[in-house]
Amino acid sequence: MNLRRLPFTREISLGVLVYLYVPVMVLIFYSFNANRTATVWSEASLDWYRKILVNPSIRDATWNSLVLATAAGLGSTLLALAAALGTKNRFRGLAVVEAILNAPLILPEVVVAVATLMLFVAIGIDMGLTAMIPAHIAFCIPFAYLPIRARLEGMNPSLEEAAQDLYANRFVTFRRVTLPLMWPGIMAGFTLAFVTSLDDFLTSFFLSGPGSTTLPVYIFSAIRAGITPEINAISTIMLIVSVALVVTSFLLGKIRR
Amino acid sequence: MTNPQSAISVQSVSKSFGRGDSAIKVLQDVAVEIGTREFFTLLGPSGCGKTTLLRLIAGFEELDSGSILIDGERVDHLPPFRRPVNTVFQNYALFPHLSVAQNVAFALEMQSLSRAEVIRRAGEALEMVRMAAFANRKPSELSGGQQQRVALARALAPRPKVLLLDEPLSALDLKLRKQMQIELKQLQAEAGITFVFVTHDQEEALTLSDRIAVMQGGRILQLDTPRAIYERPSHRFVADFIGDINLLEGKVDGGAIQLDCGASVAGNFGHAPGDRVTVAIRPERARLAKSGEGSFAAEVMHSAYLGTATLLQLRLADGREFLLRETRIGEGAAPPEKGSRVSVHLPDSALQVFAA
Repeated sequence: MNLRRLPFTREISLGVLVYLYVPVMVLIFYSFNANRTATVWSEASLDWYRKILVNPSIRDATWNSLVLATAAGLGSTLLALAAALGTKNRFRGLAVVEAILNAPLILPEVVVAVATLMLFVAIGIDMGLTAMIPAHIAFCIPFAYLPIRARLEGMNPSLEEAAQDLYANRFVTFRRVTLPLMWPGIMAGFTLAFVTSLDDFLTSFFLSGPGSTTLPVYIFSAIRAGITPEINAISTIMLIVSVALVVTSFLLGKIRR
Repeated sequence: MTNPQSAISVQSVSKSFGRGDSAIKVLQDVAVEIGTREFFTLLGPSGCGKTTLLRLIAGFEELDSGSILIDGERVDHLPPFRRPVNTVFQNYALFPHLSVAQNVAFALEMQSLSRAEVIRRAGEALEMVRMAAFANRKPSELSGGQQQRVALARALAPRPKVLLLDEPLSALDLKLRKQMQIELKQLQAEAGITFVFVTHDQEEALTLSDRIAVMQGGRILQLDTPRAIYERPSHRFVADFIGDINLLEGKVDGGAIQLDCGASVAGNFGHAPGDRVTVAIRPERARLAKSGEGSFAAEVMHSAYLGTATLLQLRLADGREFLLRETRIGEGAAPPEKGSRVSVHLPDSALQVFAA
């Protein structure tokens, strides 16, 4: 049966699109609004973008977010790569190992964040980036693991055998064959982990200390003082950065294939 | 008992997959000596252990017991990258992220040759398989036959002592396969190295090989030249697996074999009276005859004219089918028509008799 022939397919699709993207569109639209009240349109302006560029707290929060997302992305991608290579061959208990690896996807984040906070207080780790980085690495692992694992699963096992057959030892085989073939998966994993960390609020909120405010935490505290178009502008920039990263990594993956 | 002339010596090798009661014995006490510059074929149905034996020689599997020697040196404890053999994989296993030239140069770079030497020898190898024009292409831009040639060039470039080929032609269509068979044979002569070839295609094995090992259930049933295997199969399985053959069940009765179809064959072929036996005869060795001594009646079910011969599908008295390939029809004599009755003669010299 042709799916397009089903009644209202087009209408329902349009409805879902509107439902998903209208709020974001409204946010982007009002970020170019000159009026101080975020929801009342007066005229087009780039004032709010100019303002956030010179706002030192926003600049610091952006820097913190980027440092945190980069560290979390790198750390979790490395661990996920090791996990993917370690689970390459089937073994008893593989399903359990994978479930544990992917647990952060289903565990309530607030519970994990509170637990992490309590642990760090108990063992005397200062709140701030030193606490946020390991916590972010932990919950980003499944986001990095899944694309890497998918890539590895789609790889022809004869390729590694062929490399060894052609006199490459295990290390050279990994460097010249396994790693280049997995690269698109690694890039995708890193991007997903980076973006996930970049937009995390809960864990960062619990573990941030003085001077380690991230963008989402800053937005949250700013919004309590009232919604301003400034927040619309920051959110728009975050959105563009996230989408640009994912699209770039997708395109890179396509080229390498 | 190391044979100094052997390129490969496989000595009582056994291999199982899995553990305990669920272990599957894939190879059981297999021994074979493969000569230098020999085109040696491992032939058998899927699951007979032929690919496992090849993978053991390449080093991709570890053996449970026994030993493997290449040029007199024990290699079974060595990883694949330390063995002087190269493999052509069934799916070619070309590196998709490298160009054709980089694929072929891979092993040469591992041998730490100079850059100029690597380029020269990779070029030579590509020349040998007539793929030099495609050096800068990616494997995904090549046809199956071209990928096959690149895989051959890549495996031959480092000049291994032995080339292992794991059903390398099975993915090609019939016409290309025939062409590649000829090229393989020429390449082997040019390169002057030992080929160990795995296939389930008996025709391919007969065409290409100097010697064939027919395998079944993890054992080598017969190891001989293609001609000997075709003409003098040692087992009923080998007879049935290689080429077309008629298998007639019967019982030894004194100095003759009484066949279930009513005919009898003189001589007991070394079997004791009362034994159940199978008499095997190739379709081209059975003859149409005038009725009488040593022949039996059959009905023509189907007659196919093949140009060089006529293939008759006959039905025997017990309802079984019998194939007969008659090359002497012609010169005015029309082939027997469908439904007509004929007499079949089985020459003694054409018979093989196996214990049933």
